[in-house]
Amino acid sequence: MAAQHTTTIKAGGSEKDYWKDLWLHRQLLWILSKRDISVRYKQTLLGVAWSVLRPFMTMTVMVFVFRYVAKIDSDPGVPYPLMVLSGLTIWSFFSNTFQQISNSILLNSNLVSKVYFPRLLMPLSSIAVGFVDFLIALGIFIVLTPFFDYTISWQIIYVPFFVLLTFITSMGFGLFFAVLNVRFRDIGQLIPFLIQVGMYILPVAYPSSLVKDTWFEKYYNLNPLVGIIGGFRWCLLGEKSYFNPQSLYSTVIISFSILILSLIYFRRKENTFVDHI
Amino acid sequence: MPVIVAENISKKYIIDHQRKSGSSGLRDVVSETVDKIFKKKAKDDFSEKEEFWALKDINFSIDQGDRIGIVGHNGAGKSTLLKILSRITEPSTGQIKIEGRIASLLEVGTGFHPELTGRENIFLNGAILGMAKSEIRESFDAIVDFAGVEKFLDTPVKRYSSGMYVRLGFAIAAHLNPEILIVDEVLAVGDTEFQKKCLGKMRDVSESGRTLIFVSHNLTAIQALCNKSFYFEKGRMIDQGETSHIITNYLSKVSHKSLDKHWDNIESAPGNDQVRVKRFKLFPEYQDDLNHIDVRTPINFQFEFWNLVEGANLNLSMHLYTFTGECIFNVGTQSESFPKGLVTGTCELPGNFLNDGSYVVSMMIVKDTSTVLYNMEEALVFDIEDYRENVTWYGKWPGYIRPQLNFSIRQTEHVVND
Repeated sequence: MAAQHTTTIKAGGSEKDYWKDLWLHRQLLWILSKRDISVRYKQTLLGVAWSVLRPFMTMTVMVFVFRYVAKIDSDPGVPYPLMVLSGLTIWSFFSNTFQQISNSILLNSNLVSKVYFPRLLMPLSSIAVGFVDFLIALGIFIVLTPFFDYTISWQIIYVPFFVLLTFITSMGFGLFFAVLNVRFRDIGQLIPFLIQVGMYILPVAYPSSLVKDTWFEKYYNLNPLVGIIGGFRWCLLGEKSYFNPQSLYSTVIISFSILILSLIYFRRKENTFVDHI
Repeated sequence: MPVIVAENISKKYIIDHQRKSGSSGLRDVVSETVDKIFKKKAKDDFSEKEEFWALKDINFSIDQGDRIGIVGHNGAGKSTLLKILSRITEPSTGQIKIEGRIASLLEVGTGFHPELTGRENIFLNGAILGMAKSEIRESFDAIVDFAGVEKFLDTPVKRYSSGMYVRLGFAIAAHLNPEILIVDEVLAVGDTEFQKKCLGKMRDVSESGRTLIFVSHNLTAIQALCNKSFYFEKGRMIDQGETSHIITNYLSKVSHKSLDKHWDNIESAPGNDQVRVKRFKLFPEYQDDLNHIDVRTPINFQFEFWNLVEGANLNLSMHLYTFTGECIFNVGTQSESFPKGLVTGTCELPGNFLNDGSYVVSMMIVKDTSTVLYNMEEALVFDIEDYRENVTWYGKWPGYIRPQLNFSIRQTEHVVND
């Protein structure tokens, strides 16, 4: 007899083998990610060009609005466009993956209602597209830097750490909204709004040094993304870019707590997703 | 050795009568909560939510190598059970222990993406169904061959015909190698050629000693494939056992047959002051011990009525309709003069004449071959089950009648090799 594979199905079934099961399905994760990426580039006329144009155009508009209309200055010695582009790169990574994760269950509802696999694969695989866009944006940044007589700082080696933090944060928020989205469809309309607000309350198009020594700084830093954006900018632009390492504590603590809570919530609900689809 | 043991499986859904769709808006929940806080009356709203048990206290045990057919009406809980077994949703109570790798085929081509090519979709769908990449690669050529899509491997599946789409989907599923296979009504789609392949493959699965669970409305297919069956009704399993036994039981409960109508009291019998009906009955000559009417079964109709007018010149006219109301034939007797008293008409419907389906019979009593004295509409209703011998095709046999005609083939000329 072949190796025994025992499954127990019961109410509230938090099988102890869940994480093993997830690992066994890693090929499916890879294939679903590949599907999302290839569909993304097959459907759009501009394809890859769009991933290049979008950050570039957004950057141009933001520089015009914040630098020339609002007359905000960047930290001394840091070219404004590079400051915006670095902020945009990591912020877009967060907002894209957050949005994709939130919609992942609904977008795959045809799978949810017909076949079993650990549901966590859907949010996980939906990160792929955002990650490819992030790499392209990072490439644009690296290519553009010399045009502003700037050299990329050696601290770029810390980029993976901030990418991981962004991933954890977007997963934490995204999983929570993914579950809500199945239950309450109008949550979907809230997400673009949250992202729009986030873009302005976070130091994406302006330096976080503007918030320094204000009465609301400590509340501002509670937002996990403040530390991520500041830190990511510091990685690319070096010491000249203002970064308060203290904001990173709240980032790490809050992001991890939210991720754990969201995972518990997701695990509790995932076996009944189909009942609401 | 049991490979699946289910104990006390129940599945509850909450039906909310206030809402139109299954998914509710956050707005609704917020407004309801506000209502609950500010209005005492709101408590009554709870009565709007109704519990619905899609499955209730299901217990069964399935042994290795069993081929289980599941029969029941729509909404009996068959699909819910399959969903629970395939781990798509979880039961509200109870537990199931499954030994061995399980694969379920609830749909053909699950997860196919229209923009991706046939080749890409083979890998995608295979992975979704739980095949390892190496397994897919091994059976790739066989899948392509089975589906017959070699030429279109690099075409997006959105350009496939629906037949190709279904064939590709099934070809992938056919190369799954689970120890337990769960199949839902997949025969409902596709052409007859596809159904044939589908059933052939399932027969292979069952013959190789693997466990099969099969839901279908096609009783012939269930009878051919399954050794045991479960009968579900209204969320409960009301019977389980040998397939032939279950199917007989199911058929006897399913149809709204009326095979016999009789009135002993002439005053209350239907009719008028000239004729009154005593009895209309059909006698099937059963061809096997299952005692159900199938396409082989000859049926005798017997119609008795009281003639109340001395010397009336009467004849009978019988109409046979399909269940949907199309008339298949109308036959009449000779007209004869009868004294007062009981008159009996008989009609023999040969076996191997009508196709399978449900039929409705009407009987008319006609005077002087022109005046309808009494028309007994929809008097009898009966079902004819399918029966086939020595065939491997189980699609719906077309047509209203299925006569056995002298139809043969023979060789009439030999090819001469020179």
